[in-house]
Formats: sequence, structure tokens, C-alpha cells
Amino acid sequence: MGNKGIKSSRRKFVKKTAAIAGTLVASSLIEPFKLLVYATEEPKDEGPWWGVGIDISKCIGCGLCAKSCKIENNVPEDPFFFRSWVEQYTVYNDGTVKVVSPNGGIDGFNQEEDKENIFKTFFVPKMCNQCAKSPCTQVCPVGATFETPEGITLVDSEHCIGCSYCVQACPYGCRYIHPESIVADKCTLCYHRLTKGIAPACMEVCPTGARIYGNLRDPESELVKYMKNNSYQVLKPNLNTGSKLYYNALSAEVI
Amino acid sequence: MLSQVEGYIYPNEIALQWGILIVLYPYITGLVAGAFIMASLERVFNVTVLKPTYELALLTALAFLICAPLPLISHLGHPGRAYEIMITPNKGSAMAIFGFVYLWYLMVVLLLEIWFDYRRDFVIWSREKTGLMKWVYRVLTLGMSDISPAALKWDIKLGNIITVVGIPSAFLLHGYVGFIFGSIKANPWWSTVMMPVIFLFSAMVSGIALVMLLYMIVSYLRKVKIDMPCLDTIGKFLFYALIIDFSLESLDQIHRIYEAEESFDILHMLVSGKLYITLFGMQILFGMVIPMIGLGILQVAKIKENIRKIILLITGILVLNGIFFMRWNVVIGGQLFSKSFHGFTSFKLGLIGTEGLFMAIAWLLLPFAVLAFLLWLMPPWKKMNSE
Repeated sequence: MGNKGIKSSRRKFVKKTAAIAGTLVASSLIEPFKLLVYATEEPKDEGPWWGVGIDISKCIGCGLCAKSCKIENNVPEDPFFFRSWVEQYTVYNDGTVKVVSPNGGIDGFNQEEDKENIFKTFFVPKMCNQCAKSPCTQVCPVGATFETPEGITLVDSEHCIGCSYCVQACPYGCRYIHPESIVADKCTLCYHRLTKGIAPACMEVCPTGARIYGNLRDPESELVKYMKNNSYQVLKPNLNTGSKLYYNALSAEVI
Repeated sequence: MLSQVEGYIYPNEIALQWGILIVLYPYITGLVAGAFIMASLERVFNVTVLKPTYELALLTALAFLICAPLPLISHLGHPGRAYEIMITPNKGSAMAIFGFVYLWYLMVVLLLEIWFDYRRDFVIWSREKTGLMKWVYRVLTLGMSDISPAALKWDIKLGNIITVVGIPSAFLLHGYVGFIFGSIKANPWWSTVMMPVIFLFSAMVSGIALVMLLYMIVSYLRKVKIDMPCLDTIGKFLFYALIIDFSLESLDQIHRIYEAEESFDILHMLVSGKLYITLFGMQILFGMVIPMIGLGILQVAKIKENIRKIILLITGILVLNGIFFMRWNVVIGGQLFSKSFHGFTSFKLGLIGTEGLFMAIAWLLLPFAVLAFLLWLMPPWKKMNSE
């Protein structure tokens, strides 16, 4: 029923459609860039802006970082929840790559392959990349995930609805839903320690100093010097996440 | 749990975050958008032959829309906090906009259009009925009991405007659901600019198929003859929508295969392994190719009415099944491979529990129950000028 109004005047129909389209376009101009262009700028206020450096050439795969992280941050013991873990890469002579991370590397690693077949092997510690344009913050529907002025991405567990969208959005697999609180959980770079001037747990225990953190704004910081002296790289640079986790000696096999 | 892993996956990736309830969410939302667009065909595009299904399509859209967010909310870790999406939305999040798009669609588009369409009948029914029902219909008129020709003219006029607003809204509703997945750059199986368009056209396909089936079922239950020109026309539109949907999805896959980016190897293993049956079998062969052949034959050959009905019935069921598996392949498929591109995890659908098969079936049956109630409360066949 009721199609005569339109039928009688096609012009009217076109006018209406144009008016609606116009309204939609106009309303979309109100805050277009905030909605569509997602680029977190470096915060304007003073104070530190933290980044992390991991020197792969120094990592011996002891797994103390992953273990200390679990203890310090009340991360569930099951091998499915990690804020920080270590991967072992084995590149064979024929070019194939094998990656393992038994229990996140907490119990250490064994190299079972015959030495003759191995082209190279190395360890890659993984943790939150503290992205400056973090995809997880972008997608959180309620703003429970946020970035602190120091550049650390945190989760407000009182506010998180547990939708898991951030877990899907993190390209690095650094988030999980905590089985007890049923909210998103992730590395905080030990924010509770950092704000008191104490190093994150994983960095304090690292026996070779493979992990460092520092203020990216301070040209004298350990991290900035490390970046000056090494040809660092971030993971998945093509995704433009603004990762602030800078790896030295990162091999092309690592994803 | 570790035994379900092949190759290497990031340790946090073992359990799938989104299960069958999140498969249902785009499925049900798609049925809403599709059913509404089906109704709009009659009203805005003046396909008068579809008139017998107009109200049915609208009520179907409403019944499914009411149920659409329920599986989504029940899946949340904290369903009690769901309202936060409305009060502290993160405007940069695709998911945050859901509440607003949903409310806009429910309140401004569907409820208003149905109200303008039924207002006269509510007034008449409130006069005819006695007891409680009299009051129910009286409340539904919202106090607007003027059914003079001038007032009815306004109903039609305003209803038309709402339908015109409704079409882009239906596009928005489901295109946006596609965007929820398509905008996740971390996931190469989801991250394609085609996703909203594909979701939209698959929504149209499923919505048209659903209304077609419901029309056949309702006619059967009411023991009235099916209006064959109407049914044939629905079949024709289903055929067109299927062709467009198939072409878009093929284009997307061809593009992926030809570009063969970094993720190509793992996705190739995914579709030729874990998704083989649900993608090539359920979605493409049974959900698209066979229905297209069936509907294609109906467009060119002269076939007896009874056979046509059977072909359309089977086609409708296959299409609805196929689109369900399309959602399955997107939602579940996108979580089976690791973002490290080095391995896979598995998904096993349980039978019981809030995320189990039985619960999913219950969520899927709920909109049909709501629709049955709506058809009882406001039967399209008892409207003035109907039939």
C-alpha cells in the first residue's frame, strides 16, 4: 500500500533522496577526522614517553622475563595466558622456519634439531608493543582501553565489557581475556613499578640486559642511545601501528 | 588444549574469542536488513506484485531486529555493562556505533514505518475488539485516532519518507556490521574493503530468501493459495541478488589470490583445510551455485506451478543455510589461523552451555516466536484493503 505518493512524482523522490544524502554528508563533516583518521599524536604535555628496546642478539632464551611477568602481574599460570613470552626460531638450511614457545619459554628451551640442518636459530621475546596508534585502543567500544600520557596502553578492568574486540584487533597476539575477571588483560610495562621509577619486572630479571626501556623524549636515555647505535626494526611495520617496541637484530622470518 | 594446535600460534590465541553467538549476530542482522530492503522494493520501487509480502517483510525485519543484539550481549564477559556502549562510547570504535545505528533503525525506521502503515488498522481494531485487546490496540494508536482521508494521506506520505530514509539505514546497518570485521587490519581474512559490501549483498540474499520462505509457510498455515506472480518475482530478485553477491565475493577472492600478499600461504591453507567443507561445500556449492542454477532455470524455462514452488522452497532453505555458513567462515575462519601466520588452532562447537549449539538454536528460534506473536497481534491479512 501507499506507493502512489512516490509514483506520482519521481522528481519529488529524487529531491527527497538528495536532501537525505546531503544531510548525511553534512552531518559526517562535524567530526570527520576524529572518526575516520586514527592517529594518536605524541602527547603534548611534558614528562616521559616510554618505549622499549629488545636486543635479540643478547637474548639467551632463559625465559625469566616471562616467568617474572606472571608472578609480578598475577597472570594465570595456564600456558594460554601471557603478557610476555619468548619464541624460539629455527631456520633450516632449506629455508623452512620452525617456531616454538613451550609454556611461553618459562621453562627454557631445548634445541632438538641436528646442528647440521640448522641455518640459524635465535630467541625473540614478545610483549605489548605499546603502539602509539594502537589498534586495540581504536576498537574498544567503551573506551576501557586507553593510552596514558606516558604512552602506555592500559585496560580499565572496571569498565571493560569483555567483548574481545581488542583481542581480535591486536596484530601481535598480546591480549587475552583474563579467566577470572573476564576482562581484557595485557602488558602494562609494569605501570605500577614504572611510575615509582622502578624497572618493569621482565627487565629487572633479564640476565643479559636484552630488554631496556626508556624515555623517547630524552636524547640521553638508554633507549634513544640504543636506537641511535643499532639498526632497529618494529614488528609488522606495514600495519602502521606506531609500535614503540624496537628490536635490534630482528630477522626477516619473525612475524 | 595444546593438542588442538598445528604449527605455531601465539600463546594467547589458543581459544577462539568469538564463537557461534557472534556468527549469529551478523546472520540475524543481515536478515533484518534484507527483509527491510525486500519491503522497500514494494513501497519505494513500486514493485506492486510484491504487495502480499510487504507487511510480512516489515514484521520479519522487526522480529529479527528485536532479537539481533541478544546473542551479542549474552556473549560479553560482562553483559551487565553492555549499556556502557551507549553512555561512554568510543567514537573511533566501529562496535561502539552499533547501539546508535541499532536504535536509529529500530525507533526511527522500522517502528515508525510499521506504525504509519498500521495506524488506521489499529484504530479500526480498537473499535471492533472488546476487553483487553481493545485497550492494547488503543495504546498502539498512541492516541492518534483520526482516520479521515486527509489523515490517512499523511500516513502514506510520512511512511514513504521513512522508507526512503530506511533504505540507506538498512545499508548502513549491515554495511557497518561488515565494517566491524573489515576494519580489523590485524586479520588478513577480515581486512578487506569489500567486506561491508559483501555483507550487505549477502544480507539482501538471506533476507529475500527468508521472506520468501515465510510467505510460503504462512500461506500454507493459513491454507490460502500462494500468489504465484509474487513468489516468482521474489525468486527473480533472489536470483539477481545472488548473482551480485557471488560476483562480489568472487572478486574479493580473485583479488586476494592474484595479489598473494604476505598472508596468502596461511589463508590458502585455511580454505583448503579447515574451511574446505564449510566454504566450498556449504557456502559456495550448496549456498550459491546450486540455488543460482535452480533460480536460473526458473527464469528461462516454463515449469509447472507445483514444481516451481518446490524449487523455490529448496532454494530458499539452501540459501539461508549458505549465508549462515558465509558468516561462519568469516567469524570462525578468521580466528582459526594465527596472526603469526605460522599455524592454526581448532574450534569445536559444544552442544550445551551459553556458547553451545542448543543455545544458538534457541537464539535463532526466538525471532520466529516474536514474529509469530507480531503476526497474531497485527495480521497483515486482516488489514483494510488486504487481499
